[in-house]
Order: sequence, then structure tokens, then C-alpha cells
Amino acid sequence: METILVLTHADETGSALSKASLEAVTAGFELSAHLKAPLTIGVLAVDASAANALASVGVRLLAVTGEAFAQARYATDAAALEALCRAANPSIVLVPGTSRFTRVAAGVAHRLGGFIDTHITALGGAESVEATRWFYRQRVEAVLSRDARPWFLVLDAGTHAAFAGEPGAAQVEQVAVQLPEIRTTVSGLRAPATDAQTIRPDAKMLFVAGAGWTKKQPDGLIHAAEAGELILGFLRATGASLGSSKSLVDQGGEGEPVLPFLTHMNQIGQTGSTPRHAKGLSTCCHGEEPHVVGWRFIGDRRAISLDPNCGWTRGKADVVYIADAFPVMARVNSLLEAKK
Amino acid sequence: MANTLHIVVCAGIVPDPLQTLEPITGPTGPGLKNEMVLPAVLDPWAASALYEAASLAAKNPGSKLWLVSLGPKAKLQQVMMTVAQKAAFELVPIDGPIGGFPDAHSTAAVLAETIAALPGLERTKLLLFGGWESATRGAGVTLQLVGERLGITDQFQGVDQIDLRGDGSFEVLDRVEGGKHQVSVCAGAPAVLGWATGNLPEPRNNPQIGMANMRTIMPALQKAKAAKLEANGLRYVSVSLPKQQRTTRLVKDLTPDEIAAELVEWIGAE
Repeated sequence: METILVLTHADETGSALSKASLEAVTAGFELSAHLKAPLTIGVLAVDASAANALASVGVRLLAVTGEAFAQARYATDAAALEALCRAANPSIVLVPGTSRFTRVAAGVAHRLGGFIDTHITALGGAESVEATRWFYRQRVEAVLSRDARPWFLVLDAGTHAAFAGEPGAAQVEQVAVQLPEIRTTVSGLRAPATDAQTIRPDAKMLFVAGAGWTKKQPDGLIHAAEAGELILGFLRATGASLGSSKSLVDQGGEGEPVLPFLTHMNQIGQTGSTPRHAKGLSTCCHGEEPHVVGWRFIGDRRAISLDPNCGWTRGKADVVYIADAFPVMARVNSLLEAKK
Repeated sequence: MANTLHIVVCAGIVPDPLQTLEPITGPTGPGLKNEMVLPAVLDPWAASALYEAASLAAKNPGSKLWLVSLGPKAKLQQVMMTVAQKAAFELVPIDGPIGGFPDAHSTAAVLAETIAALPGLERTKLLLFGGWESATRGAGVTLQLVGERLGITDQFQGVDQIDLRGDGSFEVLDRVEGGKHQVSVCAGAPAVLGWATGNLPEPRNNPQIGMANMRTIMPALQKAKAAKLEANGLRYVSVSLPKQQRTTRLVKDLTPDEIAAELVEWIGAE
């Protein structure tokens, strides 16, 4: 019989669980019901009050707490998760796919003699647990299973609804941890040196800027500054997140005109991210990256392109407008401004 | 003051991103159709790690750089013809299967065993580099597992920058959610750094570096140890291309004003 452990951690405030953790809790309840397997939830936080959102769950709650766990650090996080796993002794461990846990879960699996699969987008199977994930940067989809236990499954964020129970004072069992030698000090977070924070994982829309924005326009000139104003204006008006094709980001290193607020962090596709948003609008992109790889998890997709024969948009975007993005986006921005 | 570093970069080879991929299932499990003839490149994020490692080694005289790569010898040779011109390194090839479907735990075990046996490698100077995810399996676990097997508990993933200090400690910027970096200071080697894109451009081809590298690469390839990767109970139920194909509406005849109006309505719709 399987036994399930869901690992969770506090968010940046330290006083609540991260959204991805609450999504993993939902996945844990679903899998527990499906397998008729007992469920335990493990919490990593400075203070156990971060688990108060789980007060009503009615399952065993374990917690590792203390100042040493205020920030993500491999040595301390690995020790904490190892302790939680040893206390729960699970056969299946569900892990939220946060930056904090993805960088430590494999090490913990190894310490427990277990195995791990990551970027899980769905869990299913009748007789055994089957997990769906993507290979080759979201170009090939596979369903896999393992006989070996414990089996760690790291769930992609956004694949389950966040658990929403009645909050209260959660009753947790404290788990003691023998801290290892700490050789790394975390001094905090740093936002990239840009004019504005343009990466917004919780935004409803992803706006993708391609290299066409900094190419010569019909007047024979490059209008990078105007392009930047149009893009930032759109982001301000809609709250959208900004993605970029690799070619546009790379231009900075090749001495070509650049949009100063773009960094490699904005990049989507093969060497970038594959974000999840309800809608996506691609502009001036000509290639596979934005339309196939970077858009895999975008719900409703539209594109503005000058190329009616662009093979990458066909079958990938829902609507493709054959037009110059400069006048279209200028008009979009003024309409959005007027709507305010 | 310069530090002497022993940098080991783990880097696989992957199909050129522009190639069309078609999964097939053979007697040994899933793979890609015509995988052995698809043009290959060094894994992009691991390539970033290699360029950063080369830059770091160049700034710290006496440092040494190994490139450990697991893949079919013939494909490794093909990829090295290009990679060897970009950075000076000692290739440590392992003759093994290609692709994203073999188990990461087995891959990590082979890599760790190979690294542990590198002649002259001093663990107190070891920085283990690689991509934070591959472009094949994309699991982001292999480097962590190699680190654990080597007993390294200072690990960083999604690294974009490392600043080495005179006392051997270093500041690391690694990616977290929301387009931010976490800033950490590590006391020094040994450490694992899984690189994202970093800050360096791809170096230009340098035929002189290439010729120097090839003198050691070809003998190393000839002597490459063969590795068999265990499945560790991993079983593929299905492997397929995504089936979802959208019906694309091509809009050619609208003015910018009309397109903008349609877009604004779409943006506002729930």
C-alpha cells in the first residue's frame, strides 16, 4: 500500500504557505483518494503558524521550523526535507515545483535511496501511479511510471488548484533536524537591473516580443526606443508578463539595438522558461521558440506578424493578424488608456 | 589574489533545436527517430556553464578545466569539432546512450564515478558546473545527484553569475521566481553550480584553441569508457508528440485600428 507525503514550504512573507505548496496539497488529496492511501503533509518554515491554512485538513502535519529555514539554502533545506521524509516514511513524495524545492528534491531523494521525476504536469493511472511530463523542452510528451520507492514527484506550478481550507491554528508535530555545517550565507533577493519588473508569473497574459521590434522599419530606420515605449506601455496597461525570443535577448551581446529592459530572464523557449498564462500575445516573432516551445502552456494564443506564411504560427496560434505591430500596438495602448 | 580552481563541467549533447523530433519506441525503450543522424549541439545551458568555467579558469592562473560528456563516441566527436574551438579544456568522454529518456539517476552515478576518478582532481578546489536543466530530459536533477554522490552540500541551481573573491569565497546569483535572483555567499569550493544563461556571449571560434584541444580530444575519445545505464524501475507508458493542433484564423484584411479594437476586446474578455 502506498503512503503519500506532500512537502510544502512558506512563501516569501514566511507567514503563509507558497501557492505552489497549496497546489501540491490539492494533488496530494486527489492522489490519496485515488489510491486510498494515507496522506501526511510536511511543512518547512521559520514558524509553524505558516501552516495555519492547513488547520482543517484532517491529516497528519509534520513541521521543521527555525530561523535556519528562513531562506532557501541547499544544505539546510536538504537536511530538513530528509528529516520530514524519514519521519513520514512515505512511498510517494509530492513536491511543489518551486525554485526552493526543485533545487534540493533530487538530493533528498538520493539520501533516502529513492528516485525522482520532475516537471510533472498530471498524475493518473489505474493500478499504479502514472506521471505525465514533457521531454525535449516541451516538444515530446511522455507518461511514465516507476516500481522503485520512495518515488519523488515534483509537480509543475499551475497544474492543480491551490488548496483552500478553513484557516485556524494548525496542530503540527515538530520534527527535529541535525543541522549540517553551514558554509553558505543567503543575503537576500535581487531584482534584475531593469527599468521595470516585467516578469510577472501570476499575470493573466504573456506578451512576447520578438526580434522584429528592433529591425529596420518601412522608413529604413530602427525604432528601438519607440518599440520599448510601446511594449512597456502595454505592460503597464494590462499587467501582462513580458517574454522574449532568444534572438532579441541575444542582440545585446552582439552590439545590435536592444530593448534595455530585456534580460535572459525574459527569454522563453529552448533556453528560457515555459510560463503558464491564460492568454498570450506574440509580436514580431518569427520562429519556433515563441509559438511551439515557449507557448506550450499558454491557453489562448494570438500573434501579430508580417509574415502570412510563417509556418510556426499555423496550428499553434488561435489567431494571427498579418500587420505591422508598431501601429497596432500604438492603437491598442491608446484604446486601453481610454478605457481606464 | 587568484585562486586555483579545478572546474568540472558536465555537459551532454542534444539534437539541434531546429530539428523536427519524432519519438519512437524500440526494443530498449523510447527514443527519437533517426536520433543518431540528427545534427547535435552541446546542451545550451551546459554550454553557458562551459563558457563561464573557461572565463573563470582564465582569470585564475593554474586552474584546470575538464569537460565530462556522456554520449555516443561518434556524436561526441562531431560536436567537439565545434566546441573545441571555443574554450580550452580536457575532454573526459563517456561512451553511452544519447537522448532524454535514460534514467537521470543512472546518468548521475556514471558521471560521479568518472569525476571521482579524475587524475589530479582536488576536491577542495572543485567547482562542479553544468546546465541547471538539459534540453533533452529537462529534469534538473542530474547535477544535484552528482553533487550528492560526491558529498557536496553547497549547491546552486539557475546560476547567472559567480563572483570569486580573493579568499576563495564567492557570491552566487541564482534564479528564483518572479524574475529575481537569490544572492548567496559560499565559503568556497567544493560547490555545485547549475548554470542558466549566465552573462557571457558564446565565444568566437578560435582555431588555435581548437587545434590544441583536438590533440587531446581524439585520443580521449578513442579511450572512452563504455557506460550502460540502468533503468532503475523507470517504465514509459507512452511517448508521443502533442496532439493538440489549433485551427489558426489568419486575419489579413483588417486595418491596425480594427485589429487593435479586436485585441482590446479579447484582452478584456474573461
